[in-house]
Amino acid sequence: MTVALPSELRSLRDRLRRWAEEYGLDFNETFFELLDHDALHEVAAYGGFPTRYPHWRFGMQYEQLRKTYAYGLQKIYELVINSDPCYAYLMRSNSMTDQKIVIAHVYGHADFFKNNLWFGPTHRKMIDQMANHGTRIRRSADRHGAEKVERFLDDALSLENLVDPYGPYRPGARKPPAESDADRLDEEERHLEEKVPRLKSRADYLDRYVNPPEELEKERRRLEKALERQRRFPASPQRDVLLFLQEHAPLSSWQKDVLGIVRAEALYFAPQAMTKVMNEGWATYWHSTLLTEKALEDDELLDYADAHSATLSAAPGSLNPYKLGLELWRDVENRWNRGRFGPEYARCDDWSVRRSWDTRAGIGRRKIFEVRRAYNDVTFIDEFLTEDFARERRLFVYGKGSDGGLVIETRDFEKVKATLLRDLTNLGNPVVAVEDANHRNRGELLLRHQWDGLDLKADYARDTLEALQRIWKRPVHVATKVEGRGRVMSFDGDRHSSEETREGEGES
Amino acid sequence: MAREVPVARRIDQDVGRFRRIVRGQVRRNLKKYITQGELLGKVGKGVVSIPLPQIRLPRFTFGENRESGVGMGEGGEGDPVPRQGGAGGAGEAPGEHVLEVDVTLPELAEILGEELRLPAIKPRGREHVLADVRRYRGIRRTGPESLRHFRRTFRTALRRQVSSGTYDPDRPFVVPRREDRRYRSWRITEVPQSNAAVIYMMDVSGSMGTEQKEIVRIEAFWIDTWLRSQYRNLEVRYIVHDAAAREVDRHSFFHLRESGGTKISSAYELCVKVIEERYSPLEWNVYPFHFSDGDNWSGGDTRYCMALLRERLLPRANVFSYGQVKSAYGSGQFKVDLDNEFGADDRVLTSEIPDREGILPSIRTFLGTGR
Repeated sequence: MTVALPSELRSLRDRLRRWAEEYGLDFNETFFELLDHDALHEVAAYGGFPTRYPHWRFGMQYEQLRKTYAYGLQKIYELVINSDPCYAYLMRSNSMTDQKIVIAHVYGHADFFKNNLWFGPTHRKMIDQMANHGTRIRRSADRHGAEKVERFLDDALSLENLVDPYGPYRPGARKPPAESDADRLDEEERHLEEKVPRLKSRADYLDRYVNPPEELEKERRRLEKALERQRRFPASPQRDVLLFLQEHAPLSSWQKDVLGIVRAEALYFAPQAMTKVMNEGWATYWHSTLLTEKALEDDELLDYADAHSATLSAAPGSLNPYKLGLELWRDVENRWNRGRFGPEYARCDDWSVRRSWDTRAGIGRRKIFEVRRAYNDVTFIDEFLTEDFARERRLFVYGKGSDGGLVIETRDFEKVKATLLRDLTNLGNPVVAVEDANHRNRGELLLRHQWDGLDLKADYARDTLEALQRIWKRPVHVATKVEGRGRVMSFDGDRHSSEETREGEGES
Repeated sequence: MAREVPVARRIDQDVGRFRRIVRGQVRRNLKKYITQGELLGKVGKGVVSIPLPQIRLPRFTFGENRESGVGMGEGGEGDPVPRQGGAGGAGEAPGEHVLEVDVTLPELAEILGEELRLPAIKPRGREHVLADVRRYRGIRRTGPESLRHFRRTFRTALRRQVSSGTYDPDRPFVVPRREDRRYRSWRITEVPQSNAAVIYMMDVSGSMGTEQKEIVRIEAFWIDTWLRSQYRNLEVRYIVHDAAAREVDRHSFFHLRESGGTKISSAYELCVKVIEERYSPLEWNVYPFHFSDGDNWSGGDTRYCMALLRERLLPRANVFSYGQVKSAYGSGQFKVDLDNEFGADDRVLTSEIPDREGILPSIRTFLGTGR
């Protein structure tokens, strides 16, 4: 049950909005709704969109939220939807101090949604869009049977992470090769001989020295290969596997529609995963700034401190993205306030000079507003997580020890950063692309996993292949590596097989 | 809280569907993706995850060698990092913000009992063992100064001053007099005594690795928590053994690593000694637990163990529980031997714990009898 905001909250919201705007936050109109916990859990289970399509997975989320709340283990504090206007939900049972924090926090998120470049291509009317998706899937379920649609949805959801999260930022990059290319390629192949480049020789008898036959042969083979590559479909690996399937798999129209819906929603949520550290850090930065500098009454201080520290708490040894984000933002602000950037500062290796370095540059605020515009977690951490920061915050890399437990492996800065970046790249998903849709010239589908040191989870990969096969209908394969050795895993509809390949050395 | 009659909500359908899948009524093909959710606890502040069935759809994801990452905190290279508890689903939705809230141990025990449907324990017929319990339950006008109730005294004084008109809000002095003083008073009640002693024994020979000990640690935590909720007074003792046994404190119990052979009888002998010294079965409910990977020195020693159990340990214990943790080296023979020997005897409970998923069923075996 939603309830109109009580007047007390309304005036609180108005004050906070004014203060937020004075600080330079810039957001779309934001509507707050007050929900009791059941309703809030329902909205949260649907990822913020109560009108979403029906699926058991949302029921599962709901159960989880309901139980953990009932047992007092955790509670949802706030929920905010990236759209225009922006919607945010408040838990009715929160205290007034909590509501203050949450409203301030929400304005931080709303500002980030509107201004961060990576949210640029997201659908700002997603609430309507999701309702539309819901209607379409319900209609399909009515027409083709709920279980049939659910089974297909499950298969599609198994491939949900095989979209190209960076695709929307390079429009036009994905262009399927024109079908008529085949004729052109045939033509080229017929005239291959003429295409082999030759040097001009002054006399015939010199020709075989100027253009040695074995070199010509090599050149010819190179051209042949290039042609073959062009003939391959897709011509270059397709990162957006869902889109590829939607366009080329032998599916009925409702199935294509379901794939499209799953893909659109995955892409809508991608920027939130891509900027988790920044976005949460930014919102936390602003709720703490707004509250401590403006909104907090004396008697709320302890409640505030309690709630704020709960947000930032981390189990010993673990890394809380809110805390990491907030501290990085503060560090950036501090460094740019004191002029701790640029070549002079970088060159300085006198510890005592560095420690008291302060040019009174005072441009910290401006800098963080700039940064919130153009960065995502990967670039943010790559650029602003400094060696000093890693040392002061006691960051380390952990790994499996000799007896199976987790141990601290190293505090080496380069390794810490590399590990963090590895975990954030491609939203923590393996990079898998469609390499060949006419594999072995038999219409089989070959995916390639770009192996970078981490193996795929084998049993999951096998089951994912089954889902893929049900969509593609012909045998499917994924080329990957296991402990550095090339391996192709296949499923032909009945049987799984797995074959070692000789790739590994010299493989691009 | 009074609420309006709920309208059929959209989520109820999805929840119903999810439950039917979990119970195996529909969509059997999803059965293999159902996980039971892991039970993890830490004393004091920390993450706790509740048994919660989940279905994880397969997808291309990273496997075992993913087990590395970045953490924050003190410690040198090679120091262990606490494993992260699976507080499931934290913040998956956009801008969703999840707080961890403290739970008290009694609440945890209640959750555990509810999830595992554990019966309340009936202490062995010792209701006649009574103990005096003093409780502060009232307020009196006389008493020793050490028990003076400051707030009540102050309140009485304030009330007197206000009613007699001597209270001045601008100079709010309140001066209690002799007759304003109030003191706490107590009452003595007799309650049935319920003492329990838990004696944990663990094999720390070379074949028990960190993971095996972690499993024992988690299981022991939950057993403690449950028994604590059932008994007023719980004492816990720890015995480790390889070829010889000794008593250790809690910390070393979970961290000690020895090598060499395994002689289980040494632990049982020490256990009997501990019980005889301190825990008379007339006054104590005694729970010996033994965890090992199932290897023993020799058949002869195993026979001796059985004799020790039958003649000296079982008569003094409520139940004897044996948990066999699977390790790469253990043969697992000891459980077989125990089952052969005591198969029909309900005072001996054995269970196998192949991995963390096995902790819950094992706890259910041990505590599910209500003894």
